[in-house]
Amino acid sequence: MSDNQAVAFNTAVGDLARTPLYDLHCSLGARMVGFADYAMPVQYPQGIISEHLHTRAEAGLFDVSHMGQAILAGPYAARRLERLVPGDIATLAPGQMCYTQLLDAHGHILDDLMVTRLPDEGGRERLFLVVNAATKRADFIHIAAELPDCALTVLDDRALLALQGPRAAEVLSRHLTSAAAESIMVMPFMSAKSFDWEGVALNISRSGYTGEDGFEISIPATAAPIFAGKLLDEAEVRPIGLGARDSLRLEAGLCLYGHDIDRTTNPVEAGLLWSISKRRRTEGGFFGYEQVKRAIDHGPTRRRVGFLLVGKAPAREGADIATLEGEIIGRLTSGGFAPSLGRPIAMGYADAAYAAPGSQVSLMARGKPLAAKIVPMPFVPHHYFRGS
Amino acid sequence: MPATHYTKSHEYIRVEGETGVVGITDFAQAQLGDVVFVELPPVGQSLSKGTEAATVESVKAAAEVNAPVSGTVIDVNSALGDKPGLVNEDPSGTGWFLKIKLTDAAELDSLMDENAYREFLKTVS
Repeated sequence: MSDNQAVAFNTAVGDLARTPLYDLHCSLGARMVGFADYAMPVQYPQGIISEHLHTRAEAGLFDVSHMGQAILAGPYAARRLERLVPGDIATLAPGQMCYTQLLDAHGHILDDLMVTRLPDEGGRERLFLVVNAATKRADFIHIAAELPDCALTVLDDRALLALQGPRAAEVLSRHLTSAAAESIMVMPFMSAKSFDWEGVALNISRSGYTGEDGFEISIPATAAPIFAGKLLDEAEVRPIGLGARDSLRLEAGLCLYGHDIDRTTNPVEAGLLWSISKRRRTEGGFFGYEQVKRAIDHGPTRRRVGFLLVGKAPAREGADIATLEGEIIGRLTSGGFAPSLGRPIAMGYADAAYAAPGSQVSLMARGKPLAAKIVPMPFVPHHYFRGS
Repeated sequence: MPATHYTKSHEYIRVEGETGVVGITDFAQAQLGDVVFVELPPVGQSLSKGTEAATVESVKAAAEVNAPVSGTVIDVNSALGDKPGLVNEDPSGTGWFLKIKLTDAAELDSLMDENAYREFLKTVS
C-alpha cells in the first residue's frame, strides 16, 4: 500500500511543538501527526466518521491551541487594523466579532482570521485576533510592522479549545456560575465574553469551524488540561481530532487556508464578499482595494464552488474540473467523504462562465472522470445560534 | 494449510495452492482510518508484482494497494462496494480485496512471513 497523493498531514512527530493538551491527547489514545509544526491529534480511537457524526449530534471538544492568539491594542486600533483587512472592524462594539482576511497589496489572502473587539482599556482600543497556525508568525510580523502605533501582544501562554455541537451550550453552562450559565445560553453567534471558571479567566466566543452551534474558549495554558478534562467527563462530549475538523468544515462550506484560499486568491472569487460590508466596499482603504473593487464591479473570472459527486469515489484536492466535453475549467482545492451525507463532496475554483449551480461536470481523479454537479454551499445547513 | 506472506507496503497474501487472497494488514487499515471507497480491478486482469492492484480511499487519504506477487485476478470482494468499512473491521477476513492465481510461486520467497512482518512493524511505528 502506498500513498498516491499528497496526504494532508505529515506523520513525523519528532521535533514538533506541543500544545498544553499533548499529554491528554496521548492518554486518550489519539494518533498524533505533524500539522503546522505542532504534534496534533488527527483522530482518536473512535475514528473520523464517528467523531464527525458525534459532533453534529451531541458535542465535540477540539484542541486548536496551535492557532495564533494575540491582542492588538492602541488608540484607534480598530480603524488602523482596517488598513490590513476588508472586514468591518471599526463598527464592532465590544463583545462583537467578525471573520475577515489579511490581504496583500494585490488583494490576495495572506490569512483568514477572527477579530473580536474587547472592552477598551485606559483609552486604548483592544482587538483579540485568532489566526491560523501555519501563518501565525508571518501574520504577527506583518501586523506589527504595518501598525507601529499599536502594540501587538502574542498570547503564547493561552490554549484554545473549541466545543462544538448542539449540546455545547448546555454542557458548557454546567461549569459556570448560574448567572454566567444564563449568559452563555443566550449569547448569539459571533459574540464574545469573559467568564470566570474557578478563578481562571476564560474568553469565550460563540463561534467555530464546524457549522454547528458552539464555542471557542481561550484559557491560560496551565488551566487548559484540567478544564478540558472536566468537559470530557460530560457524557455528551467526546474528543475530536483534526481529521473530523476538516470533514466538518468542508460540509459547512468553510475555507481552509492554504487550500481553498491562499496568496493566489482574492476574497471575491473565494465567495467571501459577505465578509466585506457596504461601507468597506465603498470607502476602501485596505490593501488590495483596487483589485477587490475590480472583482466586485466586473465579477471575478473564477469562483469557489461546491461539488456533489454522483458516485462513491471521492475526488481530492488538485483534481482538474472539466466540462462534460472535456475542457478543463478549474481545479479542486478540497475534497473528501462527507460523513453526514454519506457521499463524497468537494470544493474548488471554476471558470465563472461554468460556475452556475446545477452544472454537470467531471472531476478528474487519477485520470478517470468522476461525475459531479455544482451545488450551493454549505453542503450541510449551518446551525448557528442567532438568539432566541 | 494456507500460509500468509507480507509486503513492506503492508499488503498480505494468504496462499493456498496456486491461488492467493490479497488484502491490507491491520496496521495499514489503522493508518488509513475509516475506509470509504475501494476500487477493484476487473476479474481476468493480469498484475505484475509491485504494481497497482486496487485503490483504497479513507476519509483523509487515497492509497494504492499493490500486487504482492504477479498473477491473474480470479475474484474480487464485491461486498466492499456497499461496505468499504469491512476493510477496517476485518482486514484479514471479510475485508479482503482480491483473489489471484499466482504466476510464479517463487516470488513469495521475497515476502515476509508473519514473524518477520511483526518485527518489521517495530521499525516503522
